[in-house]
Amino acid sequence: MIPAAFDYVTADSADAAIAALTEHGDEAKLLAGGHSLIPLMKFRLATPSVLIDIGRLSDLSYIKEDGDQVAVGAMTTHRAIENSDVLKAQLPMLAHVAGQVGDPSVRHRGTLGGSIAHGDPASDLPAALLALGGSVVVKGPNGERTIAADDFFTGFLETALAPDELMTELRFPKMPDAKWSYQKFNRRAQDWAIVGVAAVTNPMNTSVALVNMGAMPLRAEAVEAALQGGASAADAAAKAGDGMSPPTDLNADANYRNALAQTLVARALAETGA
Amino acid sequence: MTIGTPMLRKEDPKLLTGEGKFVDDIHVSGELWMGMVRSPMAHAKILSVDVSEALKMPGVHSAYSGADLNGMGLWAAPLPCAWPVTEDMVNPPHFPVAAEYARHVGEIVAVVLADSRYGAADAAEAVIVDFEQLPAVASLDEAVADSKMAHSDLSTNKAYHWALEPDNAAVEAAFANAAHTVTGNFVQQRMIPAAMEPRGVLAVPSPHGGELTLYSASQVPHLLKVLIAATTGLPENKLRVIAPAVGGGFGAKLNVNPDELLAATLSNKLAKPVRWTETRSEAAFSTHQGRGQNQRIELAADADGKVTGCRVHLDADMGAYMMLITPGVPLLGSFLYTGVYDIPAFGFTCDGHFTNLTPTDAYRGAGRPEASYAIERAMDMLAAEMGMDPAELRRRNYIAGGDHFENFTVSSTLAFDSGHYGPNLDKALEMADYDGLRAEQKKRRDAGDAKQLGIGMVTYVEICGLAPSRALGGLNFNSGGWEHATVRMLPTGKVEVVSGSTPHGQGHETSWSQIIATKFGMDPNDVEVLHSDTALSPLGLDTYGSRSLSVGGVAIAMAADKVIEKARLMAAHMFEAAPGDVEYENGSFSVKGTPAKSVHIAELGFGAFLAHDLPDGMEPNLQEQVSFDPPNFAFPFGTHVAVVEIDEGTGNVELLDYIAVDDCGNQVNPLIVEGQVHGGIVQGVGQALFEAAAYDEDGNCQNPSFLDYLVPSPMEMPNIKTDYTYTPSTSNILGVKGVGEAGTIGSAAAVMNAVVDGLSPHGVKDMKMPATPQRVWNAIQGVTV
Amino acid sequence: MKVDLTVNGSAMSADVEPRTLLVHLIRDDLDLTGTNVGCDTSSCGACTVHVNGESVKSCTMFAVQAQGLEITTIEGMAADDGTLHPMQEAFRQCHGLQCGYCTPGMVMAATSLLKQNPSPSEAEVREGLEGNLCRCTGYHNIVKSVMSAAGGA
Repeated sequence: MIPAAFDYVTADSADAAIAALTEHGDEAKLLAGGHSLIPLMKFRLATPSVLIDIGRLSDLSYIKEDGDQVAVGAMTTHRAIENSDVLKAQLPMLAHVAGQVGDPSVRHRGTLGGSIAHGDPASDLPAALLALGGSVVVKGPNGERTIAADDFFTGFLETALAPDELMTELRFPKMPDAKWSYQKFNRRAQDWAIVGVAAVTNPMNTSVALVNMGAMPLRAEAVEAALQGGASAADAAAKAGDGMSPPTDLNADANYRNALAQTLVARALAETGA
Repeated sequence: MTIGTPMLRKEDPKLLTGEGKFVDDIHVSGELWMGMVRSPMAHAKILSVDVSEALKMPGVHSAYSGADLNGMGLWAAPLPCAWPVTEDMVNPPHFPVAAEYARHVGEIVAVVLADSRYGAADAAEAVIVDFEQLPAVASLDEAVADSKMAHSDLSTNKAYHWALEPDNAAVEAAFANAAHTVTGNFVQQRMIPAAMEPRGVLAVPSPHGGELTLYSASQVPHLLKVLIAATTGLPENKLRVIAPAVGGGFGAKLNVNPDELLAATLSNKLAKPVRWTETRSEAAFSTHQGRGQNQRIELAADADGKVTGCRVHLDADMGAYMMLITPGVPLLGSFLYTGVYDIPAFGFTCDGHFTNLTPTDAYRGAGRPEASYAIERAMDMLAAEMGMDPAELRRRNYIAGGDHFENFTVSSTLAFDSGHYGPNLDKALEMADYDGLRAEQKKRRDAGDAKQLGIGMVTYVEICGLAPSRALGGLNFNSGGWEHATVRMLPTGKVEVVSGSTPHGQGHETSWSQIIATKFGMDPNDVEVLHSDTALSPLGLDTYGSRSLSVGGVAIAMAADKVIEKARLMAAHMFEAAPGDVEYENGSFSVKGTPAKSVHIAELGFGAFLAHDLPDGMEPNLQEQVSFDPPNFAFPFGTHVAVVEIDEGTGNVELLDYIAVDDCGNQVNPLIVEGQVHGGIVQGVGQALFEAAAYDEDGNCQNPSFLDYLVPSPMEMPNIKTDYTYTPSTSNILGVKGVGEAGTIGSAAAVMNAVVDGLSPHGVKDMKMPATPQRVWNAIQGVTV
Repeated sequence: MKVDLTVNGSAMSADVEPRTLLVHLIRDDLDLTGTNVGCDTSSCGACTVHVNGESVKSCTMFAVQAQGLEITTIEGMAADDGTLHPMQEAFRQCHGLQCGYCTPGMVMAATSLLKQNPSPSEAEVREGLEGNLCRCTGYHNIVKSVMSAAGGA
């Protein structure tokens, strides 16, 4: 499988990348680690005429504490997140979930920003972003803006990122003491989740996000509301499929996905003690 | 490092350092890459093919539709089917590129040639084909229903009816008098063989014309040479076929494929090297698939659980066309439906049907894993029906009561060479701690654990050593079953072995060297094995059906014996003794009673080369050849035990433990035997739990890539506990049986028996393969899907 | 486009289309054919090489992305005198290969794994190789090979 031809531009700064995006418009795609985009290009399901390589923007690869938040540069690889002492201490679920993406070789190249920007409902990290209440910092010709995770995913492989914007950073509130659980269910270890559940329990609330239960990464709002209303974890978990329109594919039909979501949410809540 | 020792493989250093050359690693200057334009529809009339845009692209040399190629007179005959199983079998003509109708998704409708890998891919995209879509037969069930035709010019999808019914009256009587009967309806889903190396071909014409060398990722270079000649009219004696390093085959590389014929004919026509390498996702269309059968098996038993009759009917999915042995695959299994059991009455029928899907053909085990699955699942169903332990039911039915036997003729008409099933079962159950497992299972059931245990076993037998040529003739298979070997003592004391067996991962160079090392008392590293190149090894019938050792290896041993006998005559001449007085041991000849005076066979090799002083009438040179046609098949057997853990909340099945006690007779290299067992097991586990070529209602394969076609990874497999029993074959002088397919033949049924056992408290009696989490979860909810 | 990179310790350069996959640069332009292609979906790992010391699937990287980087392929693993790398030797000793097609990728993934985790458990070895598929060995002897290499390291 051979990608269609394209023009290749390297960006040596975020601003240069944004300028290139502005110049080439819809025809252009950003190339970070490439592990979401290149597979699509090999099947010619994506045929951008210009690729803007932001892989050399090493100043977008960092993990740093910033007050009560941790800031992660968009170009930080899954491997770096998985191994980060800061994240293991402050956001252990994020480190864990990064270690669940694909396989080790994929994690050496794939980036957090790339995974979030792709917005695949079957991906692990968007669910972690939602459950952890993170936010997305993006930069465009008109400057920088911050988008809450809940507002970021807008549809199937669609996000609030404008075509001329570059994602620069992901921000997460520190929660070293939160109880968390990530339940990933698949048939083969390297594959995407058939259903996944990210749950985070803090003293005041529990947030739950679901993988592959709809067109985009989603919060399990019915579960969260039930918990908030004092329902038992078991009763709350039974609502995991409420309001969801899970896909049907070779691995699972919608009915089974709903059942899986209920089982996995129950297991996650048992782990977090919600 | 003689026979029976775990010698490290001679093949490995090259493969470990990247020096092994697979077809796609070999380049010649001026080569043209083929890009295939494939039908997007399962059944369609081809209205027009427009290659004009493709021809304008940079680096594009030429482009052809099927009609163009037919007009060039490249084909002397359609693609070959070597196994017309009945006189009236329907075999629609099948040419490398479809001209009028496409009969399956991915059938080639045009080919482009360009000067690069990338250019060929681009040009193939630029070819415009107009199709008129026709109704597609998108499943075996639809083919059997026969309301749509896979070939629009035929009035039925049925290709043949074949029967093995030695005594129908006996079968009827067995069922009429039975105390218990069970019926199993099993689906052998289509499997994508998925050798790690995709297929590839490179055809290189001689610069001076006339001769053609074809490199192909093939298990069968010798067959390919004959059949390319027969199909294209290229003179066989001007063809040389080379299978370089080949990255696994599993049956999928034993065909004669459109790409090979296109490369051969176009390179000859254009006087340029022509090549092609399959992409993984293309392989679902460009390489045949395996299995694809609906099975019905019925068992009759008396009140003690003694099985008295077995009746089987198959519907087999041929796919769109008959490839090399497509129709014969079910026949290879037909003789094994009575398994290791002494079942006096047996009958088998099979109908082959066309579908608008990728053709089927051999896949590891070819017919025999299907047969083993059916009888072993049915035995478990009978045990469940009778409330008997499955091990006990098996014991009661073993041939010779589980004791050692030789040359036992079973009701399916074959004579099993040897067997000794009882101790083999005992060993496996002991290794598995069978009683302990049952206790643990009960404990979990009583406690209502979320994770329940399932325990499954099989006691399989298989047919190896394909094949006595006469037996193949009796089945109308248009090939012999012999294998050829030459053993050559070189003047310097090194040995060359020329073998017609064609390895693709089995370690032949090592095993053949061990046979020679044993025969000649020499270092196996002084043996070189020449193979897989029809110029070096002109005679051969290649590698499939676990035949390499029990036919090809035996041929080598026999040729070595002939060398020894010739050398004995030379030694007798030298010692001025009668040949009968010359003793041979470990490479040295001496006269009885005077062991101090001896001569090594290597010295005699030099003497035969010099030919200064040979016995009268003896030809120079110490080399002998043998074409060995086995008098019988070989019948390895074994017991496998699978232990699965079923997560009742998700339906997930985890393979916790796998125990295999195999008996392949004598072993030449235990290390290699072990590797074959491991790999075979995992392919059967793949069928049981993970793999199935999935088609939608229009006949599109929904999972052609490795993203969705779930070849298991290291994470899904446990370590495998292996041991052996040793019951020598009576079919050959080495007492060997064959082990290449054994693992696969046992494992799918072992795992599925475990899954059904684990689900039995829910009233589950059977489960379709693969036992996906969704299927298992549905079964737990009481939903039959 | 011109790409300059270091391959197995030697500076190399090639003129490629931007769409050229790294694996094709390695195989077709540099003629290092030990790195294989087994799939088209980043699933099988046959094309695994080291990029700046870490395992990467070279089918999922454009050659131009390797500009200025250090690549190690299977051809760069054995010593100059031909002595096998300990991982290669372990695969040989433990019969960790049959057809050998997945083997270069397995060796590269396994060495990357041991660099990050010198004493892995059996489960960690399996997890470390989850992105590498083999159809011949059933993985048993591959896992054994990597455990053996770790023990000897």
